[in-house]
Amino acid sequence: MKVELKNLTKIFPSRSKKAGEEVVAVNDFTFTIPDGKLIGLLGPSGCGKSTTLYMISGLQKPSGGQIFFGEEDVTDLSAEHRGVGLVFQNYALYPHMTVKQNIMFPLQNLKGADKLPKEEMIERAHQAAKLVQIDNLMDRKPSELSGGQQQRVAIARALVKMPKVLLLDEPLSNLDARLRLQTREEIRRIQKETGITTIFVTHDQEEAMSISDMIVVMKLGVVQQIGKPQEVYDDPINLFVAKFLGTPPINVFNGTVKGGKLYIGDAAVLDVPGVEDQDVTVGIRPEGFIPDKKGALVCNLSNIEVMGRDVSVVSTHEASLSPAIRSIIDADDMPAPGATVSYSLKPHKVFLFGREDEKRIYFEVK
Amino acid sequence: MVESKHPWKAWIYLAPAIVLLLIFTVWPIVNTLRMAFLENYNIMAATVPGVTFNVGLGNFQQVIQYGGFLTCLGNTMLICFLTVPISTFLALIIAVCLNAIRPLQRMLQTIFFLPYVTNSIAIGMVFAAMFNMIGNNFGGEGELLITAGIINNIIGIFGVEPINWINVGSSYAANVFVMVVYIVWNALPFKILILLGGLQSVNKQYYDAAKVDGTSRVRTFWRITVPLLSPMIAYVVITGFIGGFKEYSSIVGIFGEDMGPTGDPRRLNTMVGFIYDALANHQGRASAAALILFGIIFVVTMINLWVSKKKTHY
Repeated sequence: MKVELKNLTKIFPSRSKKAGEEVVAVNDFTFTIPDGKLIGLLGPSGCGKSTTLYMISGLQKPSGGQIFFGEEDVTDLSAEHRGVGLVFQNYALYPHMTVKQNIMFPLQNLKGADKLPKEEMIERAHQAAKLVQIDNLMDRKPSELSGGQQQRVAIARALVKMPKVLLLDEPLSNLDARLRLQTREEIRRIQKETGITTIFVTHDQEEAMSISDMIVVMKLGVVQQIGKPQEVYDDPINLFVAKFLGTPPINVFNGTVKGGKLYIGDAAVLDVPGVEDQDVTVGIRPEGFIPDKKGALVCNLSNIEVMGRDVSVVSTHEASLSPAIRSIIDADDMPAPGATVSYSLKPHKVFLFGREDEKRIYFEVK
Repeated sequence: MVESKHPWKAWIYLAPAIVLLLIFTVWPIVNTLRMAFLENYNIMAATVPGVTFNVGLGNFQQVIQYGGFLTCLGNTMLICFLTVPISTFLALIIAVCLNAIRPLQRMLQTIFFLPYVTNSIAIGMVFAAMFNMIGNNFGGEGELLITAGIINNIIGIFGVEPINWINVGSSYAANVFVMVVYIVWNALPFKILILLGGLQSVNKQYYDAAKVDGTSRVRTFWRITVPLLSPMIAYVVITGFIGGFKEYSSIVGIFGEDMGPTGDPRRLNTMVGFIYDALANHQGRASAAALILFGIIFVVTMINLWVSKKKTHY
């Protein structure tokens, strides 16, 4: 089922009576989520991603705009009638019920024509449990499960009623690093197997990039960029998106464009044809540096971290906006130890942004 | 454990508390036991030199054979098994409703808590006035004037004849009704307070989850709210039963020290009332009754705990 958001807006009124203190949590969000895809809503905390999710679930009412499931306008439909599955950040498993009772609970709510016989409820609970591989834990209470197992129960409970849309709120944030990797693969697998349109919220860009078909990057309630993870990474439309995606993060410099050339400090480091002369902010991905003795960008070398296949070179530069520049280089090209390291740059890994508006300035890549 | 060089110091620090406990808690308990098993014990007789009492179960026999005892036991049981379920259920409903409304919640909470801080004798007298119905012949020759309380006036609006709730010639059922209404009303605030506190500590996400899963309100109440509150409900029921067995002052408040409507004293007497009555001249019998009451409370509380262990979920 495709999910369509039209000018979705959520404004929280101010707590005090004073005007002008209201918070715009989500501002004019328009996006059509294609059927059967896994979408990651990504952004720092307070960017409105969870609010968006709760509006889609029906637990929060939008202040403006519309939500469509397929062709049906569900904006005014309450949560219980939308047929969504929602997995909460803390799972919200009922502590007094066993795993089986928890999973069966949504089925027992069905009324009228949808009502299922008991055997079928048990059968479907077992299918859902099998899908998330917890069918051997059916008689335990949530308190007797590990975090990862609780997470699976929560997913099974959301899936058992075969929702049109599956919503996950920070599904991995309560798991340890190892389990997080494993569980995110698991979520991807379950989503592929069931083909349910899935929207999940995360502040972890790596998590979002690794499993999503598409990501939506948000900041302060405003959608910044929507696209396939790789496209967004390779082609950020502003400095925020460029900074938010990628580990290690993008390196940011103060730069100047003069006569079609990009200057960082005094050195002309790259040809940027078609860009007017102006002050810019330069973003260079860690993998955009090529060690080159004749390279124009000369940095003070502080440290070389060997990571096996790659090395990470930490250096400093006076024009850099962050205290350290981090570049990822193939181990074979490891620069010689010394006081400085010189780089030439891969043009498609260099992004220019307006100094004031932080918007992307495009140049021709030869 | 830290080994003290001067263990006697610890005893000195504890002494004030221990002395008070010994005098006002331990000794009365011991003394009650002693008096209960000394046949026909009474304090006046005990002061006469040379008088001794036989040790035995005579006091208990007297209690059970005493005419009013079964009435007292029956009334007490009736109070417990009527008022505790009713007040617990009502308190649960009110707490859920209070928890659901935002505006004026604080104020309503205070209003609902008021009976708790009001003197129960005073409340009883107000109830007595509310349920009053006095007929007299002073209005004129052969004319019967009826002075009715607010309850009779209210039911009068619906065309119901005034009911003699608590006055001379009133029925036992009417008496019990007033008593139950009063005790339930008096027991509500504490229960509401406990249950509301429990409700406010329940994670809201359970309700969001239930909502997304399409759970009806009634089902949410029975399948989520009640189980999650079960520890508080168990607490409220257990303390409710104990309070019910010790009920005395509310009856005094409504019916006066005679523990019944004029003309039929002791009709609504309770276990504690029985003990009070015996206390003046038959301290041995009073002690035996107190022990019996203790035994009943003990057994009922054990049953309560056993049930709640099976039914509560934490």
